[in-house]
Amino acid sequence: MTENFLYMLAPIMSSKIFLILLLGTLFGLILGILPGLGPTTGAALVLPFTMTLEPLSAIILLTSIYCAGTYGGAITAILINTPGTPAAAATCFDGYPLAQKGEAARALGMATFASAFGGIFSVIVLIFFAPILANIAYEFGQPEYFALAIFGLTMLASIGEGSPVKNLLAGTFGILLSTVGKDIMTSVDRFTFGVGQLTEGIGFIPVVVGLFAISEMLVQSTLTNQIFKRVAMKAVKLPTKEDFKYCFKTILRSSGIGTFIGILPAEGGTVASLIGYAEAKRWSQNPSKFGKGAIDGIAGAETANNAATGGAMVPTLALGIPGSATTAVILTGMIIHGLRPGPDLFKEQPEFLYGIFGAMFFANILFFIMGFFGAKLFARITLIPSRLLWPMIFVLSVCGTYSLNQSFSDVLLMMIFGVIGFVLRKFNFSVVPIIIGLILGQLVELTLRQSLVIFDGNYMLFFTRPIVVTFFVLSIIALSFPYLKKIKKK
Amino acid sequence: MNKVKKLKKGRLNSALFSLNPEFFLLLFIYLFCIVTYMSSLYFDEVPAILVRGIQPATFPKGLIILIAFLNSILTYLYFTKKIVSNTILPTLFYKTIFAFFVFVLISHFVDLFLALIFFSFLISYWWGEKNIILILSLSIVFPLLVFVLFETVLGLRFPAGILTNLYYN
Repeated sequence: MTENFLYMLAPIMSSKIFLILLLGTLFGLILGILPGLGPTTGAALVLPFTMTLEPLSAIILLTSIYCAGTYGGAITAILINTPGTPAAAATCFDGYPLAQKGEAARALGMATFASAFGGIFSVIVLIFFAPILANIAYEFGQPEYFALAIFGLTMLASIGEGSPVKNLLAGTFGILLSTVGKDIMTSVDRFTFGVGQLTEGIGFIPVVVGLFAISEMLVQSTLTNQIFKRVAMKAVKLPTKEDFKYCFKTILRSSGIGTFIGILPAEGGTVASLIGYAEAKRWSQNPSKFGKGAIDGIAGAETANNAATGGAMVPTLALGIPGSATTAVILTGMIIHGLRPGPDLFKEQPEFLYGIFGAMFFANILFFIMGFFGAKLFARITLIPSRLLWPMIFVLSVCGTYSLNQSFSDVLLMMIFGVIGFVLRKFNFSVVPIIIGLILGQLVELTLRQSLVIFDGNYMLFFTRPIVVTFFVLSIIALSFPYLKKIKKK
Repeated sequence: MNKVKKLKKGRLNSALFSLNPEFFLLLFIYLFCIVTYMSSLYFDEVPAILVRGIQPATFPKGLIILIAFLNSILTYLYFTKKIVSNTILPTLFYKTIFAFFVFVLISHFVDLFLALIFFSFLISYWWGEKNIILILSLSIVFPLLVFVLFETVLGLRFPAGILTNLYYN
């Protein structure tokens, strides 16, 4: 226990790692503030750079971007009524009206405090819950992993962006993409169409950068006439004693909600913040104030989206199932560095895992300090015109994508996926399921085929294993959840 | 009831005859399913003794069928629900796509670095920046910085080209 605690201090004990943590937090904050970018794109853009770092430093860089990027979106949401990240969408509802009333500093202060509190709460849950989950996962065989991956994919039906059917279709497309290249078990070429570069499969980075950065660039090309009105602000104010008393229960509730939603595979900060906001409204003493500048509305949404960061890391580290789009990138980073998340990692490399836990803990403290003292300065980032910003993002995307395999076909693939992503987004498809599908695809196929070897081809034997049946039942619930919600509303 | 029928008929007519982009997306997905399914028929079969659970083509085939099934639900929803889609895109979008093509051509046939400079300049200008000196300096300085950073920190070697060769030689 003491040993693990010391591992957690590693990020602040080593000046090199602390510098990486600081840079990651700063970079994440900036990316979160810039509308259209966000922690997922940021982590994907930074991923090639992590190749020069040791595994712990690399993952610390990515996780600090994740934590700070999720908070950064609130600054833009409050000051210009545009969520810097999708997870900050619910913050706009009350953040901007409050800012318009001349209380931007109060709104930002609450968002900063609530985000840091939610983030730290979720890291504490992560520290205690991830090892327990990893221990449970020791009981898992291939059929259980298959059922778990299926559960993760069915959760896509309720991720909140786009319709459930569209999400599932996008997720299935992502799995199909993972089958391109040599079949891992028999070395048979699949969907390579005679193109040599495709035998290795479709790389994760070109797809992520294409779907997020390039498609967003195309979206921005349709919005260049948009003029943002930024609300002026003097300095961030810490919540007053009254605000703190008034919102404390909301913050505590949203911490729990956010962490729980984060733990569910594939769900992320966006769903967490929407539910956190809705619950804050439901339990509020003044629900009529919501949408007009309710301080507990900001607290509910901001606590939940940051609480989801620690929650999402639980299945990512303990089971190797990404809890959100950004954790899918972090998972890729771990794989690139030769680490396979799962129960064995907890036994073999506790120093690595507790180093990450510590880094996430300190990243939350760092963005709180940066946000509190520097929000006014960071808010100026929103003034960077997209006509200058996006060409720079494009340059970074091209070089980053090229660098992984030094292959121009990856750059072409990135651009193709940029166009695909734009078209899908135009028709209200979410691109997140494609990423989750792509990363889970290989696991689904491999575990299915290995299970069938164990079962001698008899599919019915899946139903003789209690954990598998539990996951299948959960999958059915996940699939029907959006429709049950509709029925309940009616 | 009549109104619903009229609406459905109206949707059908508009879908088939007014080139509705959403309808074409659904058709494209069906086409994608057909093409990928057909190509999966040509995957090599593994002898029974080497089969690990299922044939290599079985899993992708299942996924394609699932995509087609989900697409059929979307098609049903398309005809029964009034989906408003705003698909009119500004000229700037097409200009950006054109810039992508120019980038690919220049980077493939001339030089990646030059393509990045040209692309950055084109996009900044088309998107509304009229300060030519600012665009020029940013279009040259930023790709140069990234180029040097990737070259020195990551030890990356960029593909040969007019400007890149000057740097390497």
